[in-house]
Amino acid sequence: MTSVAKIREDSAKLRRWGWWYVTELRLREMRGYISYVVTSSIGNPIVYLLALGVGLANLVPQGIEGVPYLVYVAPAMLMSTILSVGAEEGMYPVLSGFKWHKVFFAIHATPISPGQIVGGFLFHLMLRFTFTAGLFFAAIVAFGAVPNSTGWLVIPISILGAYAIMTPLAAYAAGLEDDSGQFALIQRLVVMPMFLFSGTFFPISQIPDWLEWIAWVSPLWHASQLGRVASYGMSEPIWMTVTHLGVLIAFSIVGAILMHRAFVKRLTK
Amino acid sequence: MIVSPVIRAENLTKVYGDLTAVNGISFEVPRGESFGLLGPNGAGKSTAMKMIASVSSRTSGFLEVLGLDPNTDGPAIRSQLGVVPQEDNLDQELRVAENLISYGRFFGMSRAEATARATELLEFAQLTDRAKAKVEPLSGGMKRRLTIARSLMNDPQMLLLDEPTTGLDPQARHVLWDRLFRLKERGTTLILTTHYMDEAEQLCDRLIVVDQGAIMAEGSPAQLIREHSTREVLEVRYGSANNAVVAPQIADIGDRQEVLPDRILIYSDNGERDLAELTKRGHHPTTSLVRRSSLEDVFLRLTGRSLVE
Repeated sequence: MTSVAKIREDSAKLRRWGWWYVTELRLREMRGYISYVVTSSIGNPIVYLLALGVGLANLVPQGIEGVPYLVYVAPAMLMSTILSVGAEEGMYPVLSGFKWHKVFFAIHATPISPGQIVGGFLFHLMLRFTFTAGLFFAAIVAFGAVPNSTGWLVIPISILGAYAIMTPLAAYAAGLEDDSGQFALIQRLVVMPMFLFSGTFFPISQIPDWLEWIAWVSPLWHASQLGRVASYGMSEPIWMTVTHLGVLIAFSIVGAILMHRAFVKRLTK
Repeated sequence: MIVSPVIRAENLTKVYGDLTAVNGISFEVPRGESFGLLGPNGAGKSTAMKMIASVSSRTSGFLEVLGLDPNTDGPAIRSQLGVVPQEDNLDQELRVAENLISYGRFFGMSRAEATARATELLEFAQLTDRAKAKVEPLSGGMKRRLTIARSLMNDPQMLLLDEPTTGLDPQARHVLWDRLFRLKERGTTLILTTHYMDEAEQLCDRLIVVDQGAIMAEGSPAQLIREHSTREVLEVRYGSANNAVVAPQIADIGDRQEVLPDRILIYSDNGERDLAELTKRGHHPTTSLVRRSSLEDVFLRLTGRSLVE
């Protein structure tokens, strides 16, 4: 007969690797919609770069802040793409795991803990973000929009930015009993305005002062500014760069804590 | 050697806000037994099951599963359990066999081990020819069998089944019962909740009757019937308007009577004799049926209500 000590000992390996099995599952699930991920990851930057970077750039021949418009806009477009993937992943896939397909409950019936479910989910997203950001980065390099050798830093910055937006949304989604339009509302009233007022296409100095706060609370603005520093060496005071980084880290950590709390609450009810 | 019970619950209680879902229940389940929680919807069976499955913490009382406390050793306990939830939560993004293989990984199995085990279990669940199929188009019975196969991936010491056949057609239920019976024969401890008395009678060695979070009775199906009902039951119908009128006139027939809106139940050890007596007195029922007592009658006796309402 299996003794109590043996049961404990056997589950020790799972305590170490449980999060990875969750990641593995998410990756396996992704095979079902991998063509969407690949097509959108390749299609997105090309469409953006042609429409905005190349088309719109003709209207701004003098460039912005001393660099050609394409160079100015490219890192911010990468951020906006990866952060919107983050926003997407933080909503329906999370609610679905609790509400429609209940996959999180299925996993929690095994030795895997809620914390490992969150960890595995987040790590899988890191791979997802890296993949999409990597392709986007390759595209902007190909378009000659990344002058500095530190440009590759836009990839980790975009991952951090995506976590900053994804984790608080996931915490919210995990607490929802149903989607009766909340996600559409968040998309229109939170995500969209954030994308419009976050200095993606023009500096926030162009928007009225009373609207500037949106940029300050927007992970996208902080990520875009950091991206510009890395990509073409945009000049800003060092404290500002530290602030951008600090805001993104704070959003991500607080978001992850709230997300973990919401998952524990929902799974152990 | 003294074999310790696989579940020990004492005064187990779960409160959600104002609702006491499980109200101080106590029971023990020895290894290898097939143990049932019988009760209507909302009786607290699923809540009790979640606490045993070590995913929901208790509000108060004592609970030990496989000698461990779910509050402190949840993952270790879960590593030894197989769980079949009330609603199928199969992974719709994965194919049939992949559902099993990826689940096996959660128990630390290598991919090769999990694949071999999945092949075995698909055979057991009669789903071998569906191994590469999508999950969504499967019939209810197939999904249920797949969920049971998934719950067996880790070769569990104890299998928890929450309403295993609810929503299935009679044929699918019988196929499922057959599979569960085989597990029982192999010595797997089965814990199941059900509101079907025939299921409880088929599968359970022993059961507790639960209503409003509390235990109303405990014993083997036969024992419960013996203690709380008579050997036979005569069911007679006089039309819904007349049942209540006729009932007092025949109250002395049989040991006991239950008047339901659609029929009168007369409990005794000889239903045919009672039916003859009714006819002799000129109370000819529209329809009549003599049957053996079931757990349904036990539940009716204990709570004054029917199991499926």
